[in-house]
Amino acid sequence: MRGITKRYPGVVANDNITLDVRPGEIHALLGENGAGKSTLMNVLYGLAVPDEGEILLDGSPIRISGPTDAIDRGISMVHQHFMLIPVLTVAENIILGDETVRGAGFLDLNQARTKIQELAARFGFDIDPDAKVETLSVGQQQRVEILKALYRDTRILVLDEPTAVLTPQETEEIFLLLRRLAESGRSIIFISHKLYEVLEIADRITVIRRGKVVGERLPDKTSEKDLAELMVGREVELTANRGESSPGAVSLEVKGLHVKDDRGHEVVKNVSLEVRAGEILGIAGVAGNGQDELVQAIVGLRKATGGSVTLKGKDITGLSPRKLHELEVAYVPADRHRFGLILSFSVQDNLVLNRYMNAPFSRGGVRNDSACEAEAKDCISEYDIRTPSANVNAGTLSGGNQQKLVVAREFDRDLQLLVLDQPTRGLDVGSIEFIHGQAIAKRNSGTAILLVSAELDEVLELSDRIAVMFRGELVAERDGRTADKNEIGLLMATGGRAAAQGDEPFVDIDDPA
Amino acid sequence: MGDRVRTFGDQVYSAMALPLLAIGLALIVGAIVIIATSALEPGAEIDFTLPFRAYGALFEGSLGSPNGRVSTLVQTAPLILAGLGIGLAFKAGLFNIGAQGQFLLGATAAIAAGVAVEGSGPFVAIPVAIAAGMVVGAIWGFIPGFLKAFSGAHEVVTTIMLNFIALALMSWLISGPLRLPRSPQPVTPTVEDAALPIMIGRDGHVGILIAFIAVPIIWFLLYRLTLGFEIRAVGANPEASRYAGMKPKRLVTLTMSLAGMLAGLAGTLNVLGINHQMNATFTTTVGFDAITVALLGRSHPVGIMLAALLFGMMRAGAGLMQIQAGVPAELVDLLQAVILLFLVASPVLRRVFRLRGVKSGLGTTDTMARTYGNEAIR
Repeated sequence: MRGITKRYPGVVANDNITLDVRPGEIHALLGENGAGKSTLMNVLYGLAVPDEGEILLDGSPIRISGPTDAIDRGISMVHQHFMLIPVLTVAENIILGDETVRGAGFLDLNQARTKIQELAARFGFDIDPDAKVETLSVGQQQRVEILKALYRDTRILVLDEPTAVLTPQETEEIFLLLRRLAESGRSIIFISHKLYEVLEIADRITVIRRGKVVGERLPDKTSEKDLAELMVGREVELTANRGESSPGAVSLEVKGLHVKDDRGHEVVKNVSLEVRAGEILGIAGVAGNGQDELVQAIVGLRKATGGSVTLKGKDITGLSPRKLHELEVAYVPADRHRFGLILSFSVQDNLVLNRYMNAPFSRGGVRNDSACEAEAKDCISEYDIRTPSANVNAGTLSGGNQQKLVVAREFDRDLQLLVLDQPTRGLDVGSIEFIHGQAIAKRNSGTAILLVSAELDEVLELSDRIAVMFRGELVAERDGRTADKNEIGLLMATGGRAAAQGDEPFVDIDDPA
Repeated sequence: MGDRVRTFGDQVYSAMALPLLAIGLALIVGAIVIIATSALEPGAEIDFTLPFRAYGALFEGSLGSPNGRVSTLVQTAPLILAGLGIGLAFKAGLFNIGAQGQFLLGATAAIAAGVAVEGSGPFVAIPVAIAAGMVVGAIWGFIPGFLKAFSGAHEVVTTIMLNFIALALMSWLISGPLRLPRSPQPVTPTVEDAALPIMIGRDGHVGILIAFIAVPIIWFLLYRLTLGFEIRAVGANPEASRYAGMKPKRLVTLTMSLAGMLAGLAGTLNVLGINHQMNATFTTTVGFDAITVALLGRSHPVGIMLAALLFGMMRAGAGLMQIQAGVPAELVDLLQAVILLFLVASPVLRRVFRLRGVKSGLGTTDTMARTYGNEAIR
């Protein structure tokens, strides 16, 4: 890709970017959210037409008209959110769009099965072509996505944040697979913002900031700090300096909590925990092990079927979100688009979303715009929300700034309890650093914090104590200062029961979502 | 990438561009139909000036004379109120197809109440009749709202069904309990005290004023009151609203009741202002026209008022168009339908006309798409 420039109204998403990828190379593309990685890949995949520049394949310039064209030329993309159909089998998913047909439109699945098994065997893993995708673990689903690309004889494979959803063990496995793919002469473009992963897997690293290439590095001649600074454009603190905590009295106490999910399965089983004032309790676990339901039960969004939740000795089980808000409980939800924000509302309205009815934001049921605006101005400067004004829709902000908006709204008052559910999912280094810093400041001011995250690094970095959740139960607790990453990762994947056979595929009996 | 601050002018452009385009295209389609149908008549020559004469007559009939202007206002008033009801529901993410039933039952209730308090003088009878119409309309909105909130029954389905029930209920009431004694026809007695005073012209009743006053009131409700903030929030994202401490179920029920109340008021003012009685075969298209009005007005009170005025003009001018240009009055229905089609197809319009920075969809049609198939609100 040579001199690629892509402009959108008001922004230059890609500014004269040149990227070359060699056969057999794993090339990492590193950059903050909004740096232009996705745009560049969309150009490569034929989803966006560049304003300037050209794409060369094997030395000759090509025009890619769309994804089908890209696939025909051997370029495949594995998206962060898998594009699989859960109720179809592995083989059916893989041939989707490229069906081998026999006679008058009958599918020839046998041929596909054989080819899939051959491919899997060649790259050293095992997969049942007739398994339904919904029964597979996330790691296996990702392998299906990769197989889908291989099935189409891909030469250039683009992976968009492939490890975001994986446990450390699964990540290792996928890395092994990627290396084998590279050895077979295929090129891999690996998009990530996890620095240590990039250092581990990449042969070469290209860093993009604000649409421009700001540097190219070889992994053995750089460091995490170097890369992070290149990415953000200033000095950054990679590990939140969480300092010593001074826990006070027990603030949140959960006793024998049972919660059912939407389908009536009990997904939180007899969970008990306590969080002291001025302490962060981190709950680590692979997504879908009941953390969502546990958090929802605590913050009043879901009825618990048994057990109790108390805050400073007061029973708060089943109280409404508004009552909890009044009791100084705040919650940063995992899915900011679904729960945290109203994207079609202005930044200002979102900042008062849970206190619009209180003075000074309204009096006697009539809203006071100037008070909301003043509050918005404060929050925007204090929480460094990058927005052209308080009146633009929240949906126009970048992910990091949207999350800062949620954080600003929830943090901007005295708190007894703060529940953080995946507070930095999908965010860039700069935003993560900021949000972690704010969380630690809250802890230091005496707030009890319950942190739930599938990002093990985040849990390790912030938590004073770490509990591991597996299939609805808390299976272990460790001290945050001495916790061992591999041990916790193993506990996340197996619950500590099948530790001896750590390779066994993770299949949830309760039909994971 | 709306990275720059938008001025008021930008906002008006972005809100109005699509509706105006839809109206313009509908007029073109209408012109083609006028020419084509006139050419089909035996021995007719193709007359390319006919559309201009037809639209000219439509315009003259609605605004060209004092009577025409009053007639426009009379036609506009119920469309404003019912349109506001539908628009309010859209803001809460609800598609209220039930304005028709709410309109009819509201009208019936107003007449029934007016008959009951006959002889008590206008200062008692008018408020009582209006209140009765609003309450019954609100009940007819409450039912689908409650069902949506607490059982997840989709309001499109329930309001359509309630339209039929309302029609049947109205016919039974008028031919049974409310029937004018010893009348051979199924009609109610004529109200005297509850009849609305005439302000202007032959039939320019006070209800017109009430309809126009409702516009700033609903605007104030939606954009200045916390209740309106909650309604819009629930419409835009029920999950986030619930998490922020609002009560989507209650709000959905309340909004549908308010919507029903407004449509009921539309019916009430119409019969108290014009007919002064109901008959079992009373027909109207207001309940459905108001859907197009709300969509064309983007659910914004001011937009709804403008759209209602346009439709009111078309209704008022149709007669003169038929007389002067010989184009059937039904052309107006065609124009309304084509406008609706272009509005619903707005993503296509945006593409074809390369509109940038124009609001996508209608806000409301997006909401519709999202609410379809939604499970029960928690």
